[in-house]
Amino acid sequence: MLLAVSSLTIMGVTLGSILGAAAYFLAVEEDPLEEELKAMLPGSQCGQCGYVGCSQYAVALAKDEAPITLCTPGGKAVIEVLAKKMGVTADLSEHEEKVPEYAFIIEDLCIGCTRCIKECSVDAIMGANKLMHTVIAEACHGCEKCIQVCPTDAIVMHPVPLTLSSWHWAKPEDQHVVH
Amino acid sequence: MKLFPIRGGIHPDYRKELSSEKVIVALPLPAALYIPLQQHIGVPSEVLVNVGDLVKKGQMIARSGGTLSAPQHAPTSGHIRSITDIPAPHPSGLAQTTIVLEPDGKDEWGELPAPIVDPFTADPHTINERVAASGIVGMGGAAFPSAIKLNLGTQKKLEILLLNGAECEPYLTCDDRVMREHADEVIDGARIMAHALGVHRVVVAIEQNKPQAIDAMTRAASAFSEVEVVGVPVQYPMGSERHLVQAITGRETPAKKLTADIGVLVHNVATARAVHHAVRFGRPLISRVVTVSGKAVREPNNIEVPIGARVADLIAFCGGFSVEPESLVNGGPMMGQPLPGLDVPVVKGMSGILALTAAEINQQPASSCIRCGVCVTICPCGLSPVDMAAFIRKDNFETAAKLGVMDCVSCGSCSWLCPSHIPLVHYFNYAKGMINAQDREQRKIEQTRMLAEAHALRVEKAAAEKAAFLAAKKAQAAAASAAKEKDGTPA
Repeated sequence: MLLAVSSLTIMGVTLGSILGAAAYFLAVEEDPLEEELKAMLPGSQCGQCGYVGCSQYAVALAKDEAPITLCTPGGKAVIEVLAKKMGVTADLSEHEEKVPEYAFIIEDLCIGCTRCIKECSVDAIMGANKLMHTVIAEACHGCEKCIQVCPTDAIVMHPVPLTLSSWHWAKPEDQHVVH
Repeated sequence: MKLFPIRGGIHPDYRKELSSEKVIVALPLPAALYIPLQQHIGVPSEVLVNVGDLVKKGQMIARSGGTLSAPQHAPTSGHIRSITDIPAPHPSGLAQTTIVLEPDGKDEWGELPAPIVDPFTADPHTINERVAASGIVGMGGAAFPSAIKLNLGTQKKLEILLLNGAECEPYLTCDDRVMREHADEVIDGARIMAHALGVHRVVVAIEQNKPQAIDAMTRAASAFSEVEVVGVPVQYPMGSERHLVQAITGRETPAKKLTADIGVLVHNVATARAVHHAVRFGRPLISRVVTVSGKAVREPNNIEVPIGARVADLIAFCGGFSVEPESLVNGGPMMGQPLPGLDVPVVKGMSGILALTAAEINQQPASSCIRCGVCVTICPCGLSPVDMAAFIRKDNFETAAKLGVMDCVSCGSCSWLCPSHIPLVHYFNYAKGMINAQDREQRKIEQTRMLAEAHALRVEKAAAEKAAFLAAKKAQAAAASAAKEKDGTPA
């Protein structure tokens, strides 16, 4: 009885300390900032920023190796939250021109190859083998990945139209001074 | 009844005498009616008819598009000429899907739902369903589907149904005329709504500059102990629901809450009349009273208009323009929005059409802020317009939101009084639009993230299933070959 208890205790302590030492010496260093930045990105892994996916872009951002304006699907909203997190002023001058877009499949050209369906990271494309496909515009976030794989160039980008509910008043013309 | 003061406000020149003594007249049926699918806050309606169909008056031609939506009905009998995109009565002038109805001149009623014989013993749910099916929306201007508000009775503890007959906007007299000429219908509609909501007290609030309306409504309400008609002080923006509730109950509605959260539900008087028609006669909302006024109009008038008549038809009925108008307004001059043209149709939430001369609008170039503080003193919402505008001018919406720009009701009092003519309320409308757009973008990103996660999960699951299937197949094949070997029959 005593022998069993003591041998197990010794084994436990030894193995435990080996594990602890391993965790300490072989730890993978992760920047907590990376996690936070990753959570701010859309997470659709579209790769339009030039990195493999959102986490790789977040790593680059955390190391200050990439500008904050690369995320196309995220648009201005993402740039603004990133700017706030990183404590930098966002240069929106270039970004301003790009209006949000969604993919549109020209039905006459679609051969039903399902390649775009496999590529879409938000499941915004509907269709089946040898049947025409279509894009659910509300779900599409404009990453353009489907365009690259389409063998018949049947996919084009359309700007998201202005509707009665999304329209709003423009800024008053700045002719006067409010101090 | 004891009334409570409201903060700030202004006393503009009311100019109601232009049309206040004009008896409501019906507009002769125009050559075509243009019925937009979105006349309300929420999702557009869904078309139920095809081009060429013959429809009867009161027939549903577009059904409700979702929970927050309302159906549309044919205002007269006739043929559907087309379903097309035409400019909406909206400052943007953006096109929206519209059903074009060509009247056949017979004005024949279709089959209507049976009247609810005794609404005061009916199940509230029956009344709500009837209101929803009749396409009734708030007729004071906001056009919020009324049935949804009536359902609040089951969700919130309500004490008072407040009928809004304040009509504090200058020029507008449509509610005044409706109360004077159809007081019984309004009171009946209000009592039906009160029953549906389960409240036992109805207060009708009318600004004291409408003594005839107060008289007529008091007479109509005298038989009912639960209904009380109250004259409220003439003070713009008394007709804003939050301010009216405060004047009647003394309670202030908290930011981001509804008046229903403090026990009061507000409906417009014209909405109550529409409820009366829907419940007592089964008639849907297919017409409304519109004030056509302004000094550029030859004969200002109050007109009962079928929904979908063009603004041009109304102007022509009023004798056209006496002078070229400087500005065309949908609604009142304080909170109304510019009309993109005369070809847009009249919709359910349109209370007035104003054609104003340059002298009436008194547009002046803005100059520097002299920091007089008038806007702060008179803001009925207790905000600081001068500070908010300064931040919005630098596109600092976050600080503007902290200062409460989202609580601004866009009443326009600050812009009206500003001695430097700074378009303050324009800044706030711009900021609200930008903040809402940012919220929409944020929601879209969250939706994308959710979809991407669901996609990843689905792909993972499919891969696991495939692997399991292959493994099972392999095992099966192995078992089969093993069995063959055992049999001793070489392949």
